[in-house]
Amino acid sequence: MTAPLLKVEDLRVTFRLKSEGDMPWTKPKRLHAVGGVNFELKQGETLGIVGESGCGKSTLARALIRMVQAQGSVVWMGQEELLGLSKRQMMKYRSEIQMVFQDPLASLNPRKTVGEIIAEPLRTHNPSLSKKEIVAEVKAMMEKVSLLPNQINRYPHEFSGGQCQRIGIARALIVRPKMIICDEPVSALDVSIQAQVINLLMDLQKEMGLSLVFIAHDLSVVKHISNRVMVLYLGKVMEIADRDDLYDNPRHPYTQALISAVPIPEPKIERNKETILLEGDLPSPLAPPSGCVFRTRCPKATDLCAQEIPSLEQGTEGSSHKVACHFSD
Amino acid sequence: MLIKKEKMEMLAETLSEQDVKGRSLWADARKRFFQNKAAVTGMITLVLVFLFAFLGTYFAKYTNDEIDFMVIGQVLELGSPSIETGHYFGTDDLGRDLFARVVQGTQISLMVGIVGAAIAVIAGTLYGATAGYVGGRVDNIMMRIVDILMAVPYMFVIILLLVIFGRSISMLFVGIGLLSWLEMSRIVRGQTLSIKNKEFIEAAQATGVPGFLIIIRHIVPNLMGVVAVYATLLVPLMILTESFISFLGLGVQEPDTSWGALIFEGAGTMQYGTLWQLVFPLFFFVITLFAFFFVGDGLRDALDPKDR
Repeated sequence: MTAPLLKVEDLRVTFRLKSEGDMPWTKPKRLHAVGGVNFELKQGETLGIVGESGCGKSTLARALIRMVQAQGSVVWMGQEELLGLSKRQMMKYRSEIQMVFQDPLASLNPRKTVGEIIAEPLRTHNPSLSKKEIVAEVKAMMEKVSLLPNQINRYPHEFSGGQCQRIGIARALIVRPKMIICDEPVSALDVSIQAQVINLLMDLQKEMGLSLVFIAHDLSVVKHISNRVMVLYLGKVMEIADRDDLYDNPRHPYTQALISAVPIPEPKIERNKETILLEGDLPSPLAPPSGCVFRTRCPKATDLCAQEIPSLEQGTEGSSHKVACHFSD
Repeated sequence: MLIKKEKMEMLAETLSEQDVKGRSLWADARKRFFQNKAAVTGMITLVLVFLFAFLGTYFAKYTNDEIDFMVIGQVLELGSPSIETGHYFGTDDLGRDLFARVVQGTQISLMVGIVGAAIAVIAGTLYGATAGYVGGRVDNIMMRIVDILMAVPYMFVIILLLVIFGRSISMLFVGIGLLSWLEMSRIVRGQTLSIKNKEFIEAAQATGVPGFLIIIRHIVPNLMGVVAVYATLLVPLMILTESFISFLGLGVQEPDTSWGALIFEGAGTMQYGTLWQLVFPLFFFVITLFAFFFVGDGLRDALDPKDR
């Protein structure tokens, strides 16, 4: 068996918070944004990451490309440990891992033409290319993401949101990466445009053999695009499973609640649907609950949950369905 | 079908062959700027003042240090502005042609203003953008240095420099240049802080663009609006500073002159009735300052339409 493209083990991101008025010698508070995440990503596979706001989805993504400091291990293609690399050594992998951002317009420099924006990764990683070659590559890539190549000299503000996101995708793809991290790429778009962008991503994935890490809070979008889905809560993995397995047979109470809340586009069914309502808010990540982090809102919580942290365990059948709950169904 | 398919295809092909020209934010701003009447008037005035400064010498009948001995002693009677004598603006107290002197003073004053502002733009932008982008401790140290320099009374420093190293125009440039960039670097740093958290910066970082190139390629072009506005407001400030120093009798050296020096001389002889010696340099001084302020205002409105 070949090594997975990406193997993440016990990834932790801790922020030190200094508040105003602290003395220089006071110890900064620690915020565990991501607390020990494990997963594997195979070539050509899509991993969906879901969770509510502030659960560490984006931080996890940024830790993978070392935009934030992280501990643990991220192994690339079974060989290189990304977190231990120096800045220069990391450059090689920056072209292999690219990112697509949430706000399509804000992720494009308003003063640059589309051509310059898309060409930037290319210019950074292949400085030997001539101007002509770059323009040719950019135009070919624009065609691939179904933008008109003759609009190469236009500026971002002359495009719609969906088009801007295509530009963002073109910028990510131009260096032919092996993996793309999509940080809520469609949550700022209209539903009709979302479908276009998602389908474009899936087509390109098939064509170029890409692996995707797809972050979203829209469960239906994730269901459409992912092979596997990981559910995060307060920086911890609650459940990770193959897509169909997770949606048909959620075993963690949090996942069950999430999936029951997905609206069904059919009013008759929607009206009679039973939604599991969770009480309370997301606890502060500065002071996470002891034991299982979800216990404060869990309908099944007992004393055991407060004392012991549930480990991420495989289901009985030895499948890839893993749950972190003492009482998983 | 009503429209022939082939024709449509041909049309589509020709349309997609040509590269569409984009309309940049700068082009938008230029359009808004030229719709602003006050700003355009200011701009035209500035162009005229510049033309006067650089072409005026060709029209002058005298040089700026030539003394008309006919006029000496009778400046009030013979030295008044007239076309016949060739002293279009009259003469000064020593019988030197005021037209030639105003032309020359305009050159010096504009040069001081523009060089001062240019130093501020280049040094201030790079310094401020670096401090803002790098952040943390580096930012702290860099900005405290600026704070310390700002706390020094700058007029005092310039006067000291001119006294210690002798009066010369280059020393004046050094003095003004040393101090003009401080305010600019603060403004630029503030702007950089707001730009650096935008996603397009993050996108550049994620793909591995080095920090220096991020500042040059992504941060500076987005700062240029603020910088341009501030620079146009800085030019008159520099001119004022130079005038003040020349008014004090430091600054440029005879026979060279500047607006400040001319106004000083004119103000000194006002009581003898030779009012033209004050009015002509003052006129150019005032319209230039007004013009710069109007252009600066126009630029601000044009570059930041949300702010109105």
